[in-house]
Amino acid sequence: MYSEKVMDHFSNPRNVGEIENADGVGEVGNPTCGDMMNIYIKVEDNILTDVKFKTFGCGAAIATSSMITEMAVGKTLEEALDITRNDVAEELGGLPQVKMHCSNLAADGLRAAIEDYRNKQNIKK
Amino acid sequence: MKQIYMDHGATTPVDPLVVDAMLPYFTETFGNASSLHSFGQEATSALEQSRQQVAASIGAKPEEIIFTSGGTESDNLAIKGIAYRNSGKGKHIITSTIEHPAILNTCAYLEKEGFDVTYVPADSDGIIDMDELKKAIRDDTILISVMHANNEIGTIQPISDISKLAKEKSIYLHTDAVQSFGKIAVNVDELGVDMLSMSSHKIYGPKGVGALYVRKGTLLQALAHGGSHERSMRAGTENISGIVGFAKAVALADERLVDDAKHMTQLRDSLIEKVMDSIDDVELSGHPTNRLPNNVNLRFSFIEGESMLLFLDMKGIAISTGSACSSKSLEPSHVLTAIGLRPEDSHGSLRITLGKDNTQEEVDYVVDALVEVVGRLRAMSPIAGKMSLK
Repeated sequence: MYSEKVMDHFSNPRNVGEIENADGVGEVGNPTCGDMMNIYIKVEDNILTDVKFKTFGCGAAIATSSMITEMAVGKTLEEALDITRNDVAEELGGLPQVKMHCSNLAADGLRAAIEDYRNKQNIKK
Repeated sequence: MKQIYMDHGATTPVDPLVVDAMLPYFTETFGNASSLHSFGQEATSALEQSRQQVAASIGAKPEEIIFTSGGTESDNLAIKGIAYRNSGKGKHIITSTIEHPAILNTCAYLEKEGFDVTYVPADSDGIIDMDELKKAIRDDTILISVMHANNEIGTIQPISDISKLAKEKSIYLHTDAVQSFGKIAVNVDELGVDMLSMSSHKIYGPKGVGALYVRKGTLLQALAHGGSHERSMRAGTENISGIVGFAKAVALADERLVDDAKHMTQLRDSLIEKVMDSIDDVELSGHPTNRLPNNVNLRFSFIEGESMLLFLDMKGIAISTGSACSSKSLEPSHVLTAIGLRPEDSHGSLRITLGKDNTQEEVDYVVDALVEVVGRLRAMSPIAGKMSLK
């Protein structure tokens, strides 16, 4: 059902955990739907220096979370905001059609984290 | 890698003795039971011996057994067969909210055809609400269909009590015994049913064969028309090798029933106890004791079933889950929803269905694997320790 790369990210997820004093946190999904994701980011000079996640959900939810942390680190905020759900799925070698909508939340999570960071920056200003 | 199969509610391996019994019926005794020559007569003889075997197992007469392609067909024949034949008397059917899709979707189909169906709820243990059932009975009720034991949570239903209600009002009673048959005693007179569905592949027999018991005098309409096979209730050349295998599986199940039930009950209770002792925030779904000897259904807070299933599969363990995320419909198990569980509880559910050949050593291995997998997923979960899913 899942590609080799999905299974790799699912069974050896990268960057699991929370970042203490994260610059931004994105929370998407909810347990009722069966998928919920928290993305934590560190930002230095407009660049994502660290991205971590915590996810409740199926194999696809965990794999996409892990994948996006690898895709996002080192990118500028603008570049990171351009990452789409499809980009994550493609990078993973595809996802089953039924999982494309419900479990492919990581891009939304990252965007939410960046928005959270920007909101906090605005408050500081 | 060690492989542990604990999904016997889905299907079972065919017993080698069953395979041996079947083999001659592919190449040597291959006749069509409708043929008058000796090839045909040998097939007929095997067919009727098999019918006797299955009938004897449930306390029925051989002529009350109709061989089918399995549980789903048996359920369809029972429900639609009664509905179509008795619609002049009434068009109301009663069933429960926790039935197998073979019943629920057949009833839904009949609703589209103008029949009226009442779905009686179950309590939090998964036992059908007898008061609601009583209230549901109407003058135009022609059929009650309630499963003998639930396929997800293993809860055993009070069929003989339902039978008393049905008999008072002369309503036909059908039970889907696909999960109970071969695991606990099933006797049509003790249960007081007019029809009972059975399946071969759940009891170490081949797939593609099963039977419907139909009490003599029951007015049923055939669904498949053609030759006069199965007393004209199910046209089509009989699947002799499959039927012989099914009958052998029934014979073996009858021989082992008491020992197997004792063995699996011990493993079941050991598994439940050890999981509860070693993992926090776990609940058992279904009745604690009034359940099939081989059924364990647990829900683990803060994590999702498909993830658990995949990690366990990597450890060679085969089980199933009621999580929406593993289903094509993306809906959580209708049974878990019907017994009052919230979607987030159903998402974290695992069904473990034991078999006769599972061992205590395997149970211990599964408990250890669960401790590791649950720990791993909870460490990844954003809700673990932050909110209660109870």
